[in-house]
Amino acid sequence: MYKNKKLKDFEKVIRECVKCGVCQAHCPTYLVGKREGAVARGKISLAAALLDGEIGLDERLQEDISMCLMCGSCVEKCPNKVPTHEIVGAIRRGITEQQGLSLVGRGVSALLGSGPLMKTLSKGGALLSPLVLKKVPESSGLRLRFPSPLMKDRTVPQIAFRNLFDRVPEYTEGRPAKPVIGFFAGCSITYAYPEIGEYMVNILKAMGFSIYLPREQKCCGIPALSSGDGKLVEELAEANVKAFQKREVDYIITACASCNGGIGEYYKTMKGDCSEFTGKVIDFSVFLEQEGLFAQLAEMKKWQQRKRVTYHDPCHLKIQGITRPPRELLKSLPNVEFVEMERANSCCGLGGTFSVYHYEESKAIGARKVAGLIESKAAYIATACPGCIMQLQDIINHAGLTVKSVHILELLAEALAEQ
Amino acid sequence: MKKEVVEKLVEIVGKENVSTQSADKITHSYDATQEQHLPDAVVYVSSVQEVSLIVKLANQHKIPVLPRGAGTGFTGGSLPIHGGIVLVLTRMDKILDIDEENLTAEVEPGVITAELQRQVEKIGLFYPPDPASKEFSTLGGNVAECAGGPRCVKYGVTKDYILGLEVVTPTGDIIHTGGKTLKNVVGYDLTKLFVGSEGTLGIVTQITLKLIPKPAAKKTMLVQFASIDGAAQSVSAIIGAKIIPTTLEFLDAATIGCIRGKSSIPLPENCQAVLIIEVDGDPQMLDAQAELILSIIKPFNVLDTRIASTEEESEEIWKVRRIVSPSLRQVNPDKFNEDIVVPRSKVPDMIRALEAISKKYNVPIVNFGHAGDGNIHVNVMVDLKEDGMEEKIEIIMEKVFEAAVNLRGAISGEHGIGTSKAKYMSMGLNRATIEYMQRIKAALDPLNILNPGKIFIEEPSQSVKG
Ligand SMILES: Cc1cc2nc3c(=O)[nH]c(=O)nc-3n(C[C@H](O)[C@H](O)[C@H](O)COP(=O)(O)OP(=O)(O)OC[C@H]3O[C@@H](n4cnc5c(N)ncnc54)[C@H](O)[C@@H]3O)c2cc1C
Ligand code: SF4
Ligand code: SF4
Repeated sequence: MYKNKKLKDFEKVIRECVKCGVCQAHCPTYLVGKREGAVARGKISLAAALLDGEIGLDERLQEDISMCLMCGSCVEKCPNKVPTHEIVGAIRRGITEQQGLSLVGRGVSALLGSGPLMKTLSKGGALLSPLVLKKVPESSGLRLRFPSPLMKDRTVPQIAFRNLFDRVPEYTEGRPAKPVIGFFAGCSITYAYPEIGEYMVNILKAMGFSIYLPREQKCCGIPALSSGDGKLVEELAEANVKAFQKREVDYIITACASCNGGIGEYYKTMKGDCSEFTGKVIDFSVFLEQEGLFAQLAEMKKWQQRKRVTYHDPCHLKIQGITRPPRELLKSLPNVEFVEMERANSCCGLGGTFSVYHYEESKAIGARKVAGLIESKAAYIATACPGCIMQLQDIINHAGLTVKSVHILELLAEALAEQ
Repeated sequence: MKKEVVEKLVEIVGKENVSTQSADKITHSYDATQEQHLPDAVVYVSSVQEVSLIVKLANQHKIPVLPRGAGTGFTGGSLPIHGGIVLVLTRMDKILDIDEENLTAEVEPGVITAELQRQVEKIGLFYPPDPASKEFSTLGGNVAECAGGPRCVKYGVTKDYILGLEVVTPTGDIIHTGGKTLKNVVGYDLTKLFVGSEGTLGIVTQITLKLIPKPAAKKTMLVQFASIDGAAQSVSAIIGAKIIPTTLEFLDAATIGCIRGKSSIPLPENCQAVLIIEVDGDPQMLDAQAELILSIIKPFNVLDTRIASTEEESEEIWKVRRIVSPSLRQVNPDKFNEDIVVPRSKVPDMIRALEAISKKYNVPIVNFGHAGDGNIHVNVMVDLKEDGMEEKIEIIMEKVFEAAVNLRGAISGEHGIGTSKAKYMSMGLNRATIEYMQRIKAALDPLNILNPGKIFIEEPSQSVKG
């Protein structure tokens, strides 16, 4: 029912690129290699050439198109708002259609056929890294993002013994007059960081909301989108919209910026109207501010020993303009001393499946944040996306720093626990 | 391109830095003019020696070489209109030295303008030239185009900050011009010859820049006028009172029409011109200076004045200027943007001439720019899909340039000539002057290797896409 757009659907916006070069200042893949093929303008010129039949899906073109985090940083600053990240997605799907799935993409579809196997694996088992990926379910984005044998030397998520669904009931009844909050947890939170999901649920419960965490929810589709697996994205969109139809919810909350960008922003661009669903999607920080939590937190007595915390803007929130609420939340916490850092809004380098194909570039992109992080003297770098948490910790480890990357909710939970 | 040449290139810069693949040709075929011309090869360089060897090789085989920075030029300077080797300098992007005692900086040409500015400002120094493209243009490109920006009124343009250059000549020699000193009269002033030469006389591989102390504070004002004459008279009066603001930006009535309702600062219907004035210096003097400026301009049709007292309020004022460019598209889909310049006092005459042209040819012309130095961004807004518009726009452009030259101005203040304006060169310069320039080019570049077909007119070439 929901269909991805094709390259030709972008014809008009592709022609709107005026080649000004503004995107060079904001595109992470350009900034680390200074190659025109890697910047938004270059990719758009290739998209135009594809449409005009001046070039085919050459190897070099594929390389350039693979050099994109789909972070949207270029779009945010582009005078004509040319949606390069969507155009790149369309070309990648085109490549898949013509040439089949890439190496990583193939790994996923092989698993797709063996649902029961994946279910048992996801039930827990060994916590050893090499086996990590065998424990996530069939279509999970984690599988796409961290095929660990391909990536030596990489901080990868540990799969939790008990995932979020083992820890939290499908429905939690709140106070009668309060709205029902659907919780879209996403793969990273469900399988790698279930404690973040628990914090989310506990906070919402304490505020009196009813919480619905449907078991049928699937991966948001961002990693599949990034690897060009259009068919899988469509299936996931379908499944997720359906999962939240079983019960009337007022909001669908996310604590993962990528998921928010996926189920909120990307689904909107698909053919087939799911605005009923996407209209309810809301980031946790925006929601908590709207419900007046920040004001309450600000009234709590400040701790004597506070943690020095800085913030990293996940791209998927930044490009929606959600930069203030997460900071305000941190500033309102009694256990936090908030400091800004230089390049807070530059990409961490994870980018869907980008870091799988381009681990060196991915690290270089992330490393651009290190100087600012050191200068800020923060002990913690908080963010609002589990993917970023992982990537940031990897960068920090490579730089030999002792900073810890955490989810804002972890700090919030700590503050509330002390009450 | 011959296999043997490609092999030689690979020998010089390594396999990964040479490409003859279609995708690379396409992504190095354009600049901000949106014209496209495919090169034969793309080479990324990382040292002066590599540049020198490539230019020598190109001379042997008579292949054009196109120096390319960020490719943000507005006049086609980096376009390979005759094919050849696009030589990309973006990776030579190191700041080699910032000398706090002599107030100089040593940089490679690929350094981004704003990046240098951020680094020197951290230690209380200042590199003033501020093209609107400073966040992405390269200093090498700035030197080649002699880029300028709003701060020109007080601080001048790129050429005023270049002390010395390392240059690879069109025959592949490595030379050094100027030096690290403020005074230097040894031989011809070759530095000035290269600044603004648009990559036709040499490839800049290192730049020695002059820095100045960073002004301690600044103050921004926005003044609304009931007429463009009021704004122009104000500019003359301010300068006449021996005050040189950092910037004096104006928006004309057509521009204000495009942004009305979009800015947080209300711009009522009777507002026909806006001046954004910024002064900088000692914070204790600024308030008095701002007051003085406002009292000087009071008699000139002023509707409203606003002085920013915080950084945020100043930002709010600059936002008015920044929303202009993105708002133009609503007028018409195709924009022809020229950057003519006239003597400061002639700005109102030029605006009137533009209004007359707009009326006569029935096309909207939106003007804004740097009132302080007479540099006007003229935006003729048309829809090229309309019948006969291509021919009409040619005539309009010629009229615009004619008007500027008649007022003793010039056809370009910032963006250069490149390919876009070559045919208008003779409007402002006599034949002997142009020939003098051409003789310099011919003497230094006998085989016409470096950026051929730029600045001076020649036979029209095959364009991939127009
Ligand atoms: C949105 C926008 C705003 C702009 N605003 C301004 C403005 O306010 N003021 C202004 O002056 N310009 C402005 N420009 C024009 C442009 O940014 C400047 O001309 C800039 O200096 C070009 O730098 P570049 O690195 O992009 O050079 P390119 O476009 O790559 O090249 C420009 C010319 O310089 C030559 N060149 C580049 N590097 C070298 C080198 N190392 N040695 C020798 N020749 C070289 C090229 O051959 C070419 O002829 C603007 C452009 C855009 C797109
Ligand atoms: S900023 Fe936008 S319009 Fe400008 S070159 Fe990049 S994609 Fe094109
Ligand atoms: S989406 Fe991100 S990586 Fe891709 S072109 Fe835009 S800024 Fe660059």
